[in-house]
Amino acid sequence: MFMWIIKRDLLLAVRRQSDVLTTLFFFIIVVSLFPLSVGPEMNMLRTMAPGVVWVAALLASMLSLGRMFSNDYLDGTLEQMLLSPQSLSLLVLGKAFAHWLVTGVPLVLMAPVLGIQYDLPAEALLVLTSALLLGTPVLSLIGAIGAALTLGLRGGGVLVSLLVLPLYIPVLIFGSGAVEANMSGVEFSAHLSLIGAFLLVTAVFAPWAAAWSLRVSLE
Amino acid sequence: MLHGINLACVRGDRELFRDVNFSLEAGGLMQVRGPNGSGKTSLLRMLCGLSNPAAGEIRWGDAPIRALDGEYYAAMTYIGHLSGTKDDLTVIENLCISSALAGFEIEAGQAKEALNHIGLRGREALPVKVLSQGQRRRVALARLLVCKTPLWILDEPLVALDVLAVKLIQELLERHLKEGGMVVMTTHQEIDITATSTTQLHLA
Repeated sequence: MFMWIIKRDLLLAVRRQSDVLTTLFFFIIVVSLFPLSVGPEMNMLRTMAPGVVWVAALLASMLSLGRMFSNDYLDGTLEQMLLSPQSLSLLVLGKAFAHWLVTGVPLVLMAPVLGIQYDLPAEALLVLTSALLLGTPVLSLIGAIGAALTLGLRGGGVLVSLLVLPLYIPVLIFGSGAVEANMSGVEFSAHLSLIGAFLLVTAVFAPWAAAWSLRVSLE
Repeated sequence: MLHGINLACVRGDRELFRDVNFSLEAGGLMQVRGPNGSGKTSLLRMLCGLSNPAAGEIRWGDAPIRALDGEYYAAMTYIGHLSGTKDDLTVIENLCISSALAGFEIEAGQAKEALNHIGLRGREALPVKVLSQGQRRRVALARLLVCKTPLWILDEPLVALDVLAVKLIQELLERHLKEGGMVVMTTHQEIDITATSTTQLHLA
């Protein structure tokens, strides 16, 4: 069941590659704009790198949130999911996982390459990538709640950013904090552990909250 | 089996219907009739648990459907106005995935057989977006052949179907009723379906 929904969403992503690629290219372009605009001052670039990469990741992940449920809502497949004998929370977890595979994983893979633009040392690149690996699923999970709440509303795209971006702040702080800590020679594992804790908490509560909002949205 | 007790529906500040009572037993067919905007779809959405009645209660067996949750969904198939198919997936993928989500995992052969039966032979590998409205409807209705649930709730199942397909669906419904299934449906078309008991529910 869980596997079927992931399989379905991945199949759809393969059939509609433009959706995946626009998110990835958005991320690449936003991250690349900063070194071009602030100039080749190495020290400054190094200090701003973690923040820029994380903010770009947040925006990129949010860009695709609108599509998470709205297409299924329009063609009636969401209705059928709500009527499935399986738990809706599990389905939502599957959809969030598929969303992460499609939008989060490419960002994680691109991050080390983009980090080179900012002259990040190898170890900092590793920390950045692992922080993103732990943090991007949290973005998809929290985003699922926002997408479910704004389903079928006019101007839902803007509303979802207002709802979801403030909730992303803790991940942003600890995500970029981990890289900064590593670069200033401080222990960074606490930051990563905290993001891991966020991941666990959201994995339990976000699908439940999103499932509940979906039932309300479709009533 | 399925009982509606004093159901009422309010949309905005307008009351669509109130005090609707019915009871449907095994082998029974209930046709919901009424002019446009009389609340037929709202009633059907209530019956499948997508929305809550403003008053009253819907019971499946002895328990309210809200309390049964998954158990009720496992016994019911709903086909609404929206086809519930994905444009980018092929016909057979759509059928396999939608029935798996409904709790019936089927083999490709079984899906093919159902699609043949519903008149989509040779269209299995086409993406649904290239199909006509009537063919999309057939893809949605093919679920009835593979999801063996006792209760079918069908909202305008005959829309966009040609004469042959209407006959096919009529036979399908009759067979289901004969085997002890239950059907709740709305339609504006005249259709004769033989059932052990037929209820007409008129919404004014």
